[in-house]
Amino acid sequence: MFRRLYPHPYLSLFLVLTWFLLVNQWKLGSLVMAIFLATVIPLLTAPYWPHRPRLNSMPALLSYVLLVVWDVIVANVQVAKIVLFMPRDRIQSAWIRVPIELKSPEAIALLAGTITMTPGTVTADMSACGRVLLIHSLHAPDPDAIRDDIKSRYESRLKRIFE
Amino acid sequence: MTFALDIILSILLVVGGLFGLTGSYGLIRLKDRMQRLHAPTKASTVGLGTALLASMFHGLMIGTGFSWQEVLVMIFIFVTAPITANYLSKVHLQSRHYDGQTPATGVSRDWATFDQQPEDPEPRLPSRDS
Repeated sequence: MFRRLYPHPYLSLFLVLTWFLLVNQWKLGSLVMAIFLATVIPLLTAPYWPHRPRLNSMPALLSYVLLVVWDVIVANVQVAKIVLFMPRDRIQSAWIRVPIELKSPEAIALLAGTITMTPGTVTADMSACGRVLLIHSLHAPDPDAIRDDIKSRYESRLKRIFE
Repeated sequence: MTFALDIILSILLVVGGLFGLTGSYGLIRLKDRMQRLHAPTKASTVGLGTALLASMFHGLMIGTGFSWQEVLVMIFIFVTAPITANYLSKVHLQSRHYDGQTPATGVSRDWATFDQQPEDPEPRLPSRDS
């Protein structure tokens, strides 16, 4: 019954949180509205998202988000240096193919998003079977190092969280 | 207290502005289409992030309390920006400008942009209860 009414419990929780962030105050009326939205929206969107992704550990996901935010800040400074000071001809851009072991679509989407948001790398494409990502790197003297870094730093963590 | 907050807000705004400026400068300085794609991801993360942080703390200063809506803006930017970047790179790939530079997939199917095989009528997703 609960599963039928709330096909995506984490989505429902997130919608409650989103509503409170939107109204920006703690009131009982807002809670009623939040619970209403958290019930109706997952039910309406369930046909487009039929399966329920596995989520092994919420704290691990939160610490992953913190890690990514920190990496974004560090990488921003590095890319700013490249853009501002490195001579144009010395910037070595490279295409990198990254074979991935993740199977869950949500985990792959999260990995691709992480790669794009950390400046210096952009996820350009994925193989049609979903087992290899194509990444463009702004400055990559050693493309293999970037590939290994992505696999050990992000993919292994996502694998633990989602699979 | 207000003075200290003033200083912090100013620093955040200046840092955000500098990163935004660097992102725009990268657009004219970098010489390749894909390289230019890297510049705006910077402006939209740290540049926007610091500006939003400043906006949140500004609420404390003018007495309307800490503002939480900016967290939501940040979440939406982080979710939508990679999709824009992905679509733009797919357009660059589709324009055949990078033919011969991109590596092969190394597996049976080509990159999704070029793949010729018809899609399965029903994509196989993990079942609901697994």
